[in-house]
Amino acid sequence: MSELAALTDVLDVRTGEDAHLVLRRASVLDPVAGIDGVHDVVVRDGRVAELATPGEADTDGAEVVEAEGLHAFPAFFDPHVHLRTPGHEHKEDVETGTRAAAAGGYCGVLAMANTQPPVSTAADIAALREQARAGASVPVGFLATVTKGMRGEELTEMVELREAGAVGFSDDGLPIRSARVMLRALQYQRLCGGNIALHEEDPELSGEGVMHEGPVSAAVGLAGIPSVSESTMVARDAALAAYEEARIHVQHLSAAESVEIVRAAKAAGVQISAEASPHHLVLTDEEVRSLDPHRFKMNPPLRRESDRQALIEGLRDGTIECIATDHAPHQAEEKEVPFEQAAMGVTGLETAFAALHTELVLPGTIDLALLVERLGGGAAPFGIARPTLAPGSEANVALCDLGAEWTVGEDGYESRSQNAWCAGRTLTGRVLMTVAAGQVAFRLRAFSLGVAS
Amino acid sequence: MNHLLSIEDLSREEIEAILDRAESFAEVGRRDIKKVPTLRGRTVVTLFYESSTRTSSSFELAAKRLSADLVSVKAAGSSVDKGESLKDTVATLSAYDPAAIVIRHPYAGAAQMVSRWTSAAVVNAGDGKHEHPSQALLDVYTLRRRLGSLEGTRIWIVGDVLHSRVARSNLIAFQRMGAEVTVCGPPTLIPRGIEELGCEVSHSLERLGEAEVVYALRMQQERMSESFVPSLREYAATFQIDTRRLNPRQLLMHPGPVNRGVELSGEAIDSPQSLIAEQVASGLVVRMAILYELLAGAERPDPEGAPSPGGGESSPTPIGQPA
Repeated sequence: MSELAALTDVLDVRTGEDAHLVLRRASVLDPVAGIDGVHDVVVRDGRVAELATPGEADTDGAEVVEAEGLHAFPAFFDPHVHLRTPGHEHKEDVETGTRAAAAGGYCGVLAMANTQPPVSTAADIAALREQARAGASVPVGFLATVTKGMRGEELTEMVELREAGAVGFSDDGLPIRSARVMLRALQYQRLCGGNIALHEEDPELSGEGVMHEGPVSAAVGLAGIPSVSESTMVARDAALAAYEEARIHVQHLSAAESVEIVRAAKAAGVQISAEASPHHLVLTDEEVRSLDPHRFKMNPPLRRESDRQALIEGLRDGTIECIATDHAPHQAEEKEVPFEQAAMGVTGLETAFAALHTELVLPGTIDLALLVERLGGGAAPFGIARPTLAPGSEANVALCDLGAEWTVGEDGYESRSQNAWCAGRTLTGRVLMTVAAGQVAFRLRAFSLGVAS
Repeated sequence: MNHLLSIEDLSREEIEAILDRAESFAEVGRRDIKKVPTLRGRTVVTLFYESSTRTSSSFELAAKRLSADLVSVKAAGSSVDKGESLKDTVATLSAYDPAAIVIRHPYAGAAQMVSRWTSAAVVNAGDGKHEHPSQALLDVYTLRRRLGSLEGTRIWIVGDVLHSRVARSNLIAFQRMGAEVTVCGPPTLIPRGIEELGCEVSHSLERLGEAEVVYALRMQQERMSESFVPSLREYAATFQIDTRRLNPRQLLMHPGPVNRGVELSGEAIDSPQSLIAEQVASGLVVRMAILYELLAGAERPDPEGAPSPGGGESSPTPIGQPA
């Protein structure tokens, strides 16, 4: 694979003032760069200028943040968010969505193309990039659809889209139903480049399903989406990618069978990457007994505990290299209806780190370094270098208080929508400040009051 | 009990209390004047988003027998037709300050949502394929009258379990009352994982003789086009309950409306072991009991003229007799 691009070479962000910061005595953890220790993190001219001996950095002209006891991580990268623009700005737009990302410690996100109309032309990409330069708090890249209008029939002008700046391609929200169209897209990838991100689902098997098919769907009388709806499509596309020696990225894995197929494909040398979403890593279909669509209705659906365990194992062994929120904002009126009628999707950008820290790290299921690594793992599959705190690199920092307890939603959301899957939960660990592309993208209000200068 | 949303929410004791109350209303039904003043001056709204004959008529008559004012709203011909959301419709009807809203809706969880939007007691009269608690209560009532108790009774629920809210509510209710339940039907119409609810699963009527009660479900025409069964003919040949498959000691039940000649043979329907007509009669008194328990039960202030709740000795008082 070709050289990885720097974040801001490919993504767009509103340009502002470069931060000049000293995060004094921060516990710095960047597992990929092999950094784990207390340092003064000096951010200057858009870069991590220095990791200085604690208390000894030159603070002249810098804003000093007393970070003793706080953790500085490479900021996170989310390869799967829905910014809902154009067409559904009542749910989210570039400005609110990237503010939510910044609040979650992210320095980069990739926006899906299933908007209204879908992002299918070079002009669509150009308009979105313009919006990002005008109002994005963190760098954002845009995917274009694989097929025109997401109709699954004809390929988009993928070369022109790439030239216009499309980071990759996805019909996310819908699967590419036709194996023939899928094969053509993979062939064409040799010409246009760009990864193809896949929402894997066989609509014939999903039918009218609204939750995982199993004992809980049997108990509550909701139509089920079987695991094989996902896994058979993952298997199909892994085989097609192998055949064409093409690159694919499998989105939001939810079923144990799918994890096993990706694992086997990787072992066989297929260029396949995979993501899992925080809600699938924390929740199971037992939640759906509440029939609460705000928090528990999404596609793919929450599955069994054994599926959740398989996803965690996939995270551990690298079968799943990244965590992606599939941040899917919806307004209240689309969720304040019976479960079957409610829109699919939950938001997650503002809570991903805190939720996974609380639910997976604190109980000892995975360690902190793995979580940080996987929260940055979504960049490389799209040809982008992962954020790092190695001196000299572009400054992308998430400063977190791992002991802070907070209740999700009590202070509202940066997102325009409120359908967070962990709404109302009390989480431990909170992002206090985010530096993205060298600029301060977010400060928790309560925290900024306490900043020394 | 503040609402009746799901059988799942009721303990065996709560079920028994409703059935005991229904018994006392059955006695009222045998009098010349079948009306009691319990809910005089209070309003019951029925809100039906799906067609219904038995459930809507029996809830309406139940409310009238209890002297409530009744507003019945059907989705067709109401502002629901004009695109009003469920939430807005409930807000509108709540402005009349109803004591109870009885709702049937094509989607699971609708009654539960409505209960969060109104101060009225909410009765789930069927929500999607989720639950139909009043049906389960009337079925338990009917069986209890026949058998005395359901403890240890072997009940087979036969047919399209996948699409049936009655199957789900009855499975829970029968088990809660101590019965042993088997669900039976073609594999395409039995939901995956249902055995985790504690029932047995069978795909054949071979062992039907083990059952003391056979509860047949309605088989809908459209299931064929969705490939659940190849034909109604084959379904009937394999799963129809007829007088050859039924032995004379077994009781036969069905929630109605029956597809004669599909899930049940005409002979079976009209046989003396069929409780189908009795189920309909039970529907009225059980629904009176549900409204009574919700609106005049112990947790709510007694409306004037109501008999004291819970007291076994006091039966509801007909109008014209000293209270």
